[in-house]
Amino acid sequence: MVELNIQTFVFFLFSLFTLGGGLGVATTRNLMHAALWLILSLFGVAGLFVLLSAPFLAAIQVLVYIGAIAILIIFAVMLTRSLTSLRTLFNRPAMSAIAAILLFLFLAVGVILPVWGQNGTQGNLPVSDTVGSTADLGVALVDRNQYVLPFEVASLLLTAAMIGAIVIARDDED
Amino acid sequence: MPVGDCLNNFSACLVRGGASPDIANFISILLGVVLVATVPLVTVIFLIWVERKFAARVQDRLGPNRVGPFGLLQTIADALKMLSKEDITPIGADRFIYNLAPIISFAAVILMWAVVPFTAQHIGADLSIGILYFIAVASIGTVKIMVAGWSSNNKYALLGAFRTIALLLSYEVPLVLALLVPVLIAGTMSMQGIVRGQLGMWYFFMAPVAAIIFFVANLAETGRSPFDLLEAESEIIAGYNIEYSGFKWGIFMASEFLHAFTAALLAAVIFLGGWSGPLAEQIPILGFFYLGLKTAIFYLLSLLIRSTVPRVRVDQVMAFNWKFLVPLSIVNVLVTAFLLKVIQTLGLAPAPDRATDVVANLPQTAVLLVGNLVVIAFALWLTRRGVRAERLAEMEHEEEAVHEMAHSHAAAGD
Repeated sequence: MVELNIQTFVFFLFSLFTLGGGLGVATTRNLMHAALWLILSLFGVAGLFVLLSAPFLAAIQVLVYIGAIAILIIFAVMLTRSLTSLRTLFNRPAMSAIAAILLFLFLAVGVILPVWGQNGTQGNLPVSDTVGSTADLGVALVDRNQYVLPFEVASLLLTAAMIGAIVIARDDED
Repeated sequence: MPVGDCLNNFSACLVRGGASPDIANFISILLGVVLVATVPLVTVIFLIWVERKFAARVQDRLGPNRVGPFGLLQTIADALKMLSKEDITPIGADRFIYNLAPIISFAAVILMWAVVPFTAQHIGADLSIGILYFIAVASIGTVKIMVAGWSSNNKYALLGAFRTIALLLSYEVPLVLALLVPVLIAGTMSMQGIVRGQLGMWYFFMAPVAAIIFFVANLAETGRSPFDLLEAESEIIAGYNIEYSGFKWGIFMASEFLHAFTAALLAAVIFLGGWSGPLAEQIPILGFFYLGLKTAIFYLLSLLIRSTVPRVRVDQVMAFNWKFLVPLSIVNVLVTAFLLKVIQTLGLAPAPDRATDVVANLPQTAVLLVGNLVVIAFALWLTRRGVRAERLAEMEHEEEAVHEMAHSHAAAGD
């Protein structure tokens, strides 16, 4: 079924990081610890990217998510009060558990199985042999027939966000 | 020579000795990993001695010279002293992440050594995204500061951590933009590819602006003077590592020294040609030696700057970054990309079979060098204009103030 080689072991390790980190984020009572579990989870996702032959995305994941976004999350967490002992405002675990399981079943049966299941629309596609390189990704981002429009729109959006942040955070001088 | 062969291609040697190829590969990779992880640890012991001696000589004193010949064993004595100290954890500190911070600190620096090409045949892992890996690992280093600052349960540590993170995140931008230039010229992000691209002409002569920006941004990233405010001993009392004592503090310090050396190592690989030099490909150990020499140039330069230049304030640091370095590096990338296209259209690039010839690389180098000098001249002209306007405005204010005082004296005298 699944052959036991080093790749499988590494996949399980990184999946453990991702899922374990996610579980840690959701269950810990200390917000700072939750941010650190999130970093572990993001690191696991980066490892999964490497297993999918996308080293560029793995490096960008570490650089952007862990090196910038997680840091800013920690900043925001630190500027909140009383985060080591949060009071629980809505504490009905039984109902929440039932709602979560129902949502998971709904997603699995309604969205995932019809597309990627055995008889789904993309279910029986053979695993392709072509491995795109980073150069292909670069070309795809600026090629007229591929992704140049979303690329340019995204950069415009980021510039607008940056200018907006500077305007909001500026001192009120003349 | 069998010994030379075994040194350069260990797994082939093992296969000849009778081991199966899988196991031979595994052992050779394991040996590589162990070497890449322990060579920096041994280097840092020597580095601390170099740093102290150099700083001492600049300050007209002798430096450590009692323990061992020329004080070489001083670092070992210090390490033994730190090991024997009490392991204090402050009350209210978060134990697990308090102990985790020094480990992350050291790990983040040693991980950088995995992509350094030591010789033509020896490299930890020749990733196709070598430079991006270096930047990603450098940005993990910011996590440790946050964790250290927070888990110490000390508001000064937290303030120091905030300042440090702001500085590090800001100076990553010119660092990345300056690294784009060698990638553009070489056409690849792999470290070994960049070194091979420099066999004709070092990138320092093709992109001096990028080299200078990379050097300055690394000085800020590693917390060396003049960006010393991360641990300004006289001001914020060691910043985010106030509460660390004993061996944990020793690990922080060692990782900082090692980070500075690693930054110099990478600058030598990317801009000064790494292991390239006469006869470097035939005799690999010579390549290692050349790399050491080139690293020493950058490292001793950073030590010299550390011992002589005063510290800058945090707002001056931020202004310098966002108003000078970032626009300069963006303009540099644009100019280099434009000039490379011009070179390609005019056919000035060396033909692939003559790529390692110095003379064949000269036209391309000349065009890029002229472009860089124009960028430098423009930046200096803009800076001079700005500074002059400031100085004239100040002089006007002073004159006005003197005028007013004279008037008020005259009015009071009457």
